Amino acid sequence: MQVIMAQALLGLNVGVFYAMLSLGLAVIFGLLNIINFAHGAMYMLGAFIALIGYSLLEQWFGISLQIGFWASLLVAPVIVGILGVLIERLMLKRLYELDHIYGLLLTFGITLILQGLFANYFNVSGTPYPGQPEALSGVVNLGFMYFPTYRLFAIVFSLVVCFATWWAIEHTKLGSRLRAGVENPDLTQAFGLNVPLMVTLTFAFGAGLAGLAGVLAAPIYSVSPLMGADLIIVVFAVVVIGGMGSIMGAILSGLALGLVEGLTKVFYPPAASTVIFFLMVLVLLFRPAGLFGKEK
Amino acid sequence: MFKLWKQGLASAIAITTLAMPLTATAELTDGKLKIGVLSDMSGVYKALEGPGAVIAAEMAVEDFGGSVLDQPVEIISADHQNKPDIGASTAREWIDAEEVDMITALDNSSVALSVQGLANDKKIITMNTGAGTTALTEEQCTPYGIHYVYDTHALPVGTATAMVKNGGESWFFITADYAFGHSLRDNTGAVVESLGGEVVGNVNAPLSTNDFSSYLLQAQSSGADVIGLANAGQDTVNAIKQANQFRIVQSGQKLAGMLVFITDVHSMGLDIAQGLQFTTAFVWNQNDEARAWSERFFERHGAMPTMVHAGVYSAVTNYLKAVEETGTDDSDTVRAKLGEMTLNDMFVKNGSIMANGSMLHDMYLVEVKKPEESESEWDLLRVVSKIPAEQAYIPLSESKCSLVN
Repeated sequence: MQVIMAQALLGLNVGVFYAMLSLGLAVIFGLLNIINFAHGAMYMLGAFIALIGYSLLEQWFGISLQIGFWASLLVAPVIVGILGVLIERLMLKRLYELDHIYGLLLTFGITLILQGLFANYFNVSGTPYPGQPEALSGVVNLGFMYFPTYRLFAIVFSLVVCFATWWAIEHTKLGSRLRAGVENPDLTQAFGLNVPLMVTLTFAFGAGLAGLAGVLAAPIYSVSPLMGADLIIVVFAVVVIGGMGSIMGAILSGLALGLVEGLTKVFYPPAASTVIFFLMVLVLLFRPAGLFGKEK
Repeated sequence: MFKLWKQGLASAIAITTLAMPLTATAELTDGKLKIGVLSDMSGVYKALEGPGAVIAAEMAVEDFGGSVLDQPVEIISADHQNKPDIGASTAREWIDAEEVDMITALDNSSVALSVQGLANDKKIITMNTGAGTTALTEEQCTPYGIHYVYDTHALPVGTATAMVKNGGESWFFITADYAFGHSLRDNTGAVVESLGGEVVGNVNAPLSTNDFSSYLLQAQSSGADVIGLANAGQDTVNAIKQANQFRIVQSGQKLAGMLVFITDVHSMGLDIAQGLQFTTAFVWNQNDEARAWSERFFERHGAMPTMVHAGVYSAVTNYLKAVEETGTDDSDTVRAKLGEMTLNDMFVKNGSIMANGSMLHDMYLVEVKKPEESESEWDLLRVVSKIPAEQAYIPLSESKCSLVN
């Protein structure tokens, strides 16, 4: 029993990262109809911004400014968000009239370029992030296991961000305008709302979420150019299972699949890396729109 | 008259150009001695071998006087990028176009096997200091291949024997899920069981796993005395760091790293790595001679040498000695001489190179110091015991090498 509880908690730990990333993907897909393959690269970028800000600014540029972990939680999403604006304004905007597949190919290309650039300089083996805050370096005794404080913080913080995002989109005025803009852009524009700006900001927000997840992941996993590539395929499966474009579906299926993966590691470890895809196949067979998606 | 003059000049030139190589071939086949350092210069093994190996080779040549048999010794180097095909094509170019006489470093088992095979066809000596697989001196041994620093037999024998004798009788393995990890786990498990211990479980983790926590908790709940890490490099570092996060060592289990380098320990830090035991061929401050050499190496490289760096220095030095003593760079003659020599320097004491190419030498079981025991940034390891050469390496009587039996 203790083992199962411990693995479940670790599964949840993985699940919050799935949830945060698939949430960003779902927001972008739901509102923009873009399959953003660069999401993993943005997650990786967030982690690298934290690493560079903490330890390399001085070495590279001679700036005696260190961006600590807490500041990174703010700085990295902003920088990644700005990059998102550039990508949307300069490139994706031209593709809205075309098929989904063009956006997917473009963002996939961006991913390869970003990964290549970082792999060239940092190697693929991964660099430890040294900036984990002192206050979170301890261990909590949960009775059935010792759990690192930082991981507990990451779980709670991610859950708060996920549900705040869901609430903002479903229950605020801003959210309802956003949804209206997606449903019928022309009509919404006629009411005096700036739809292109909303679209740009939404993409920036989704990208920022990925960057934020990257910063959170940096102290747990090493910072490596391939960290996003390793995760993105799983996250796409999570989005498909949750239902393309469903915000709550992305959050809940992210958490649930993390748990499933964690428990699979107890009962049959070799299947742990494939169980999610197995579920994806089942869901696609019986509910092609996903567990929470609406059939169109 | 003028025509005669010209003829005379032409024949004079012909004679001198003919004569020049003649005088040189009396000793070296091509008038120079070239050594190639082929290593991972940019990837996962860069820190443990890479550019440091080139520095070690250069130091060996300088300490030897820069020349052998009155001819200059030249070092060339390249990055094999951990790809066997790149390694082999570089080696081929070196041998054919550059007339390289010996190739060293080769820190990746698949690269090492392909280069050793190619060098054998071309009758060029390889002195491998970085790869782990025992296949180099067993199934795929060659008359020109020498395996110098460690292999996957020597590593677990030392660590597992010592840990079982100290009460670590039940083992749980976390294994890197590819050939190297499996063979390391099987070799280690065999040692544990031969000493009366038992293997209570195993979990295979994919290569380059980020998150070992789930595997570590399984190891913890197995109740095994020892968690054996049958992996290397970043995987080992990640596993040890996360074991620390989950307080596994503090709760009474021991970690055993099957292949750990001092650079790994340095990057983890003593807070995390303390108490870890592993086997190594060299500790930079094990004696005054090693310390003096290592400090010179540090001045150039900015980090203390790994066992591989020290091994490159020793291999190059002994190769040059063999060339000098035999008066030739002919591979067969030099290899025969190396087989007769007793190797003694700052890296190896009373070492010898066996017929299968394995360099027989003592290994050391070391333990990572506690932070309060360490006196300087690189004072990280304490020697627990010496593992005698006969115990560490596969005896010739049991060798699968076709040259032996």
